[in-house]
Amino acid sequence: MKDQSPTILLAHGSGGQLSHELVERVFVRHFDSSILAELNDAAIIGFESSELQVPGSTNPQPGTDNLKLAFTTDSYVIQPLFFPGGDIGKLAVCGTVNDLAVSGAEPRYLSAGFIIEEGLPLETLERIAVSMAETARVAGVQIVTGDTKVVDHGAADGLFINTAGVGVLRAGMHLSPSNLRPGDLLLINGTVGDHGMAVMMQREGLEFGSSLLSDCAPLNGLIAELLAACPDAVRCMRDPTRGGLVTTLNEWAMSARMGIEVEETAIPVREEVRAACEVLGLDPLYVANEGKVIIAVVPQAAEEALAVLRAHPLGREAALIGQVTDEHPGRVVLRTPLGARRVVEMLVGAQLPRIC
Amino acid sequence: MKYVDEFRDPALARRLLEDIARRSTRPVQFMEFCGGHTHAIFKFGLRQLLPPTVRLSSGPGCPVCVTSAGDLDRAVALADVPGAILTTFGDMVRVPGSRGSLQEARSQGADVRVVYSTLDALQIARQNPDRPVIFLGVGFETTAPTVAAAILQAEAENLANFYVFSVHKLTPPATRAILDAGEVRLDGIIGPGHVTTIIGADAWRFLPGEYGMPCVVAGFEPLDILRAVDMLVQMAEEGKPAVGNAYGRTVRAEGNRIALEMMYRVFEVSVADWRGFGPIPASGLALREEYAHRDATRVFPVEVVPPAAEPKGCRCGEVLRGVVEPTECPLFRRVCSPRTPVGPCMVSAEGACAAYYQYGEVSP
Repeated sequence: MKDQSPTILLAHGSGGQLSHELVERVFVRHFDSSILAELNDAAIIGFESSELQVPGSTNPQPGTDNLKLAFTTDSYVIQPLFFPGGDIGKLAVCGTVNDLAVSGAEPRYLSAGFIIEEGLPLETLERIAVSMAETARVAGVQIVTGDTKVVDHGAADGLFINTAGVGVLRAGMHLSPSNLRPGDLLLINGTVGDHGMAVMMQREGLEFGSSLLSDCAPLNGLIAELLAACPDAVRCMRDPTRGGLVTTLNEWAMSARMGIEVEETAIPVREEVRAACEVLGLDPLYVANEGKVIIAVVPQAAEEALAVLRAHPLGREAALIGQVTDEHPGRVVLRTPLGARRVVEMLVGAQLPRIC
Repeated sequence: MKYVDEFRDPALARRLLEDIARRSTRPVQFMEFCGGHTHAIFKFGLRQLLPPTVRLSSGPGCPVCVTSAGDLDRAVALADVPGAILTTFGDMVRVPGSRGSLQEARSQGADVRVVYSTLDALQIARQNPDRPVIFLGVGFETTAPTVAAAILQAEAENLANFYVFSVHKLTPPATRAILDAGEVRLDGIIGPGHVTTIIGADAWRFLPGEYGMPCVVAGFEPLDILRAVDMLVQMAEEGKPAVGNAYGRTVRAEGNRIALEMMYRVFEVSVADWRGFGPIPASGLALREEYAHRDATRVFPVEVVPPAAEPKGCRCGEVLRGVVEPTECPLFRRVCSPRTPVGPCMVSAEGACAAYYQYGEVSP
């Protein structure tokens, strides 16, 4: 079989290995930016280099030496537009806010671009705009610029949204997988797989009880409290969206050249999500989240960090799920409930339900 | 989770493992026929928990893996029939035929849709009355009755645009083929739980009867599988081969008569081409003459060039027959990975190579 498909496959957009390779081979190569090449959730742009020098001024503005901006963008093509626990608009705000927040920045301003398929009911668009406004209010960000395009019927699927966001990096904050050290502990703020399964159930018309809701939420409030309470505890954070928990942990293990050990029984999974996954033959550890953050902390701060997370409404079910190790660098190893250990790899494309 | 957690209980698992270790005095090798078992065995890390005397080897029970390159090429050709919508279960879109995979056909404009059930395919047919909707029927006795039900439903609704390309396969003939070939020394078979729910445990009586081979049907949770292994060890140690049922909560001796009746109303037993085996007589299901108008291969005769030989170096065939372990294949991990699968066993989640790769074990 060929090494590379001559055309783009749906699997290239799944967030797994194929997506990574596509980004590396096409975008990182041609855009040729050292900031992009770091492939963090948000680009960090600082004053030390020439990046933020004021045009026409010979000196940087006084008092701005420490100012660093976080900048990110994301597009949303989710179907259905409305799902239990959220909608495409809420998702578009949360996703970008969360990418800024996990980089250690305080999210401030968002842009919103809309690609609308001819025929979309105005009422639908308005409901989504109201939802975006409400989410932005909760997150404490402003949507300050935007764009609207309408395309022919069939050229888009109802509505696509792109958001970009700018945030201000907290002083002295440098979060990166390269900070990971053996012994660091891994926390998550709650149950995994809620978003992906809620959307799939809605899309496929399956029902596993009415309580299956997307976890879609802006995490900047939770993260601000954590960083305020334990400013030196956090090594790295990431929101495990497409590809789920395992994909993010693999990204960390590979980029830090460290091993990661996870305890399967410690990972919180909602009963309904487990049941739905069992029926479809999916693994919740690979299912998308939109309101979760994985946090690597120095070992001595783990308890306090957990307490701070659990005191916040979005972290009540926070748990310690694993640790960083210098064994098996680049690999994530899961301890099963029966005490066996196995490697968990990143998926190539999307998870597919089993046949029999 | 009720009805699942009980069958994953670590304390009970330890007791079963102790039991197996105590009973097992000589080396034995059991084959799990079913890819679902292979997947579960790796997911729960059962191999590393068993005593060194008990070896498990993977069999051909992955419907995606045993679909021949020729049948896949035909499916790709059917997807290219003007106006057609080809519907299929998930994993099939990724498997390489000799002229590319269904997902490549989709990226080049063919309308290929992944469905979760045949009911979804019927719904697509209802919504697109002007377009032929072809369902690619893969799988064993587990899925075949649902495809039969869809055909009967299409008949009842006069849904003229619904067709099936049947590459369904039957499990007992393949098991027989493995034993007849004599390439692998086996002391017992872990019988496929879902298949046997349909065909009934009695369908495996030929194993002890004709081959002196113990067979225990198992479910897919760790305790189900360990209990089956325990029973097989006991039969092997005592030299008393029989058919055992370690999946009593769904499997009955006679199977599911309604499902079987429906399956044989629509399909008849035919020869089938298995990847790794070649044609095995009386091991497949073809649409009966009365449903010829639903048979995609008869309604849309597509030309398919005979498939090229299997990719060089790929030992999928031997993996499927249980002759070699995936790690014995020179391509495993080096050239062949889920990212660049050479053979189908690396594509499907139920394929042995993918299970070995995805759930690689680490020494404790």
